[in-house]
Amino acid sequence: MARTLSMKDAINEALDQEMGRDPTVVVLGEDIVGGTGSPGEDDAWGGAMGVTKGLIHKHPGQLIDTPLSESAYIGAAIGAATCGLRPVAELMFVDFMGVCLDQIFNQAAKFRYMFGGKAETPVVIRATCGAGFRAAAQHSQMLTPIFTHIPGLKVVCPSNAYDTKGLLIQSIRDNDPVIFLEHKNLYDRETDVPEESYAIPFGEASIAREGTDVTIVTYGMMVPYSLEASETLKREGIDVEVIDLRTLSPIDLDTVFESVEMTGRLVCVDEANPRCSIASDVAAAVAQEAFGSLKGPVAMVTAPHAPVPFSSALEDLYIPSPERIADGVRQTMGERSS
Amino acid sequence: MNNPFPLSREGLLTAYRRMRTIREFEERLHVEFATGDIAGFVHLYAGEEAAGVGIMMHLEDHDRIASTHRGHGHCIAKGVDVKAMMAEIYGKATGACAGKGGSMHIADLSRGMMGANGILGAGAPLICGAGLAAQKLGHDGVGITFFGDGASNQGTVLESMNLAAIWNLPVIFVVENNGYAESTSVDYAVASDSYVDRAAGFGMPGITVDGTDFFAVYEAAGEVIRRAREGGGPSLLECKMIRFYGHFEGDAQTYRAPGENEANRQHRDCLKIFTGKILEAGVVETGELAVIDSEVADLIEDALEGAKAAPLPSAAELTTDVYVTY
Amino acid sequence: MSGRIVPILMPKWGLSMKQGTLSSWLVEEGSEISPGDEIMDVETDKIANALEATDGGLLRKRVGMAGETYPVRALLGVLAPPSVPDSEIDAYVASFTAPVVEEADDEEPVRLFLDLPVGRIRYAERPGDGIPVLLVHGFGGDLDNWLFNIDALAEAGSVVALDLPGHGQSVKSVAAPSLTTMTDAVIGLMDSLGVARAHLVGHSMGGLVAGRIGIDRPDRVASITLIAAAGLGEEINGAYLDGFVSASSRRDLKPALAHLFADQGLVNRSMVEDVLKYKRLDGVGAFLEALRGTLFPGDRQATDIADDLAGIGCPCHAIWGAEDAIIPAAHAGAVEGATVIDGAGHMVQMEKAAEVNRLILSWTSS
Repeated sequence: MARTLSMKDAINEALDQEMGRDPTVVVLGEDIVGGTGSPGEDDAWGGAMGVTKGLIHKHPGQLIDTPLSESAYIGAAIGAATCGLRPVAELMFVDFMGVCLDQIFNQAAKFRYMFGGKAETPVVIRATCGAGFRAAAQHSQMLTPIFTHIPGLKVVCPSNAYDTKGLLIQSIRDNDPVIFLEHKNLYDRETDVPEESYAIPFGEASIAREGTDVTIVTYGMMVPYSLEASETLKREGIDVEVIDLRTLSPIDLDTVFESVEMTGRLVCVDEANPRCSIASDVAAAVAQEAFGSLKGPVAMVTAPHAPVPFSSALEDLYIPSPERIADGVRQTMGERSS
Repeated sequence: MNNPFPLSREGLLTAYRRMRTIREFEERLHVEFATGDIAGFVHLYAGEEAAGVGIMMHLEDHDRIASTHRGHGHCIAKGVDVKAMMAEIYGKATGACAGKGGSMHIADLSRGMMGANGILGAGAPLICGAGLAAQKLGHDGVGITFFGDGASNQGTVLESMNLAAIWNLPVIFVVENNGYAESTSVDYAVASDSYVDRAAGFGMPGITVDGTDFFAVYEAAGEVIRRAREGGGPSLLECKMIRFYGHFEGDAQTYRAPGENEANRQHRDCLKIFTGKILEAGVVETGELAVIDSEVADLIEDALEGAKAAPLPSAAELTTDVYVTY
Repeated sequence: MSGRIVPILMPKWGLSMKQGTLSSWLVEEGSEISPGDEIMDVETDKIANALEATDGGLLRKRVGMAGETYPVRALLGVLAPPSVPDSEIDAYVASFTAPVVEEADDEEPVRLFLDLPVGRIRYAERPGDGIPVLLVHGFGGDLDNWLFNIDALAEAGSVVALDLPGHGQSVKSVAAPSLTTMTDAVIGLMDSLGVARAHLVGHSMGGLVAGRIGIDRPDRVASITLIAAAGLGEEINGAYLDGFVSASSRRDLKPALAHLFADQGLVNRSMVEDVLKYKRLDGVGAFLEALRGTLFPGDRQATDIADDLAGIGCPCHAIWGAEDAIIPAAHAGAVEGATVIDGAGHMVQMEKAAEVNRLILSWTSS
């Protein structure tokens, strides 16, 4: 069989190959090497989750540990991107965006437009996202809609290792600022991943499962959950199509419309909070462009409008589960929830 | 002829021309703004020219600056085209940013001008990036970030000073201390007695100079820029200066002491101080300066007429240049 | 007495196939089946195809249910003479255990690579007796184009298939790719594997490669089989080449791939995704552009080997799909005795695998 890699290792390989291909690619973030300036082992951590482990020895000088100072180093990555580097800045948790958001949305996102098309800012900001680790309200959010709201940013949230490698390579080669969100729960999941470098173009959703009865539109961790729900529903005679958006800006609405025109039913699944979310965005677009194809109301399966709770009893309720997704599908099929 | 200055005659005339251009540009904007033809926020650099020009006389295109909301002077000193600037301030298609940026966002990366900035203190992290790029790409470019006494309290500035220090970046932090953060006095808002002390807190050299004295700025800037170029790391340079006008055009400036502006114009006009020195030393003659004055006046007049006559951006421009590709 | 009972198993089409869905039965219980009869439609995540009987006999029981998914080598049906009692059939079904597939069977053929002067070449090998059959795929293809052929041909003897330079999992950075790049790679592979002579079977551009080798190196070739081959005339479908080379999205690629089959329903999402995965690899876009420019400039075939082929010493055969939309079936006329198969397009070796396999075996296993 072809070689399999975890999403974590796919990120490592993408960074490794791109740093090797292009010496202007630099990777910076907190503890991405680990142990810098400490008496013990160098490369002690390789990132908080071990994603960049081992890269410092292959690319000395292209990985830079930063102080716990997100505004400064995210801003530095953005500034360096306008000065000839292709930085990949790692933010340990997307929740930390709050302390450096100005650099992202007022600086990186605006330069090209605000300077009349004369600036390019080829920076990638990687961050982990998502709930399920009992990490509570400030280390578990999705926040994807915060970024899709801002023109000038591209937003990527892959669901598997193959897409992750190709989309990260595309992000690094892309000349716009890219927010690259990695769901912690997907890190250890493996898929076939080619050893060679490849770039997946932005703006093409993937059809994770073909089906004819109802369309689920989702991304990130909710893709495997939706596939799991689809298997349950298959036994009930409901044939579900699952669309993995992969990139949220640009967003591939054409694939969504085509599918809804076939199935006539739409369930938007989003781990983000529901208001002004990816789910509501897709639902609105379908209402606007494909209303005539709908056989019934659109369903949304999302987190509640609440922060992520700590207690396992509550967090398990917070995250949309395969069961809740299946219920959402049954709802659109005009059946009562089980 | 004996020249007691650290610049050649030509250098002195160039510095004068730049300062004169900034002054003329800002004075004309002050007049034109009052007519109502200019929209939005305009923050004038008049009175502060010696600082921007004194520093920028040391820079080349591969050196980067990150400017502030009060950026016209930095742009002109760094070599951004004056006509394109004026057209930008008028929101015209021929503007430096095609009419999409305006007074607060003029940039020209080809001249190393990374942009005026509407967010106070935002330039400090960006300039660390410029310094990092110079380090990694192996050239001797330096980065200068300007911020006022107000933005000196932003966390971004303090974080960036720490970052620049630990990475030994070729970066200069320039505090343009004109005494007021908008309407709030530096004495109230800044806890330290001295910016030199703040620099010391990050282990970097700090120098305070009289920002109305071109030569004092030029000399101090020369020292910190040379050190940065040679790998000696970052420094802080405080220029104590004055602002001829209010925080923005339309500011009634009631927070000032009675007669403060008049006294500043009388005794602390950096252009008058500069011309007084070079004329007294006999290095240049009044007539030479008069020729420059006249040329600058013509240039600004041309820029104004051109900006007024230029077309507005077309409707199609509303959604172009958001992404390189999408 | 189960020796008289012959099972019908879920096939294994290609190395990645783990399971298949029995879409529908094409024969009723109680009907007499001959080898080669289409007995059921099977769909995998890669492709749908009719399963052809390998054995003949009376279909006593349909074990597999239409619409259900079964693992590879699961029992789907039972052939047995009328003399075998139903009870024995039922006992056979109840006690059937799928043949154990040794791990090595699955793993070994996939990860074979050789380093040739042109770079790393991937190949698959099925050991066997006699002169090996060497399968050469076409422009933009890879050794998986022989999904339905490789195992069937391997039953008669040794089979080798390769990914040509720039294709599949072989080297992608190839300066100025040309026909010679391809023929050198095939000869190089034969040298490395110690194959003195081979039955060359080439599809499309691979047919041109096989023919060229037959002309230039007759000492290395036992026979040539040209399937929908390039090099026998001028015409080639430029719109297909445009679409295939330029497409970077599912939306653009799918209509291009539809040109390849008579039954365009065979172009499923998985096939499109697999081609996209190949096309996204660094270097592939530039390689395909360059190779197309050399072999098919201005949407015409630059090389015509028909006359040279007519004079070679070894046997030369041709197979074409009657509905080939890439290279017209009329080109088959350049080879004497060519077989044109109805209901098949350019990928005739996939669409009519059993017939193609029988023809190849009849020419190579004598």
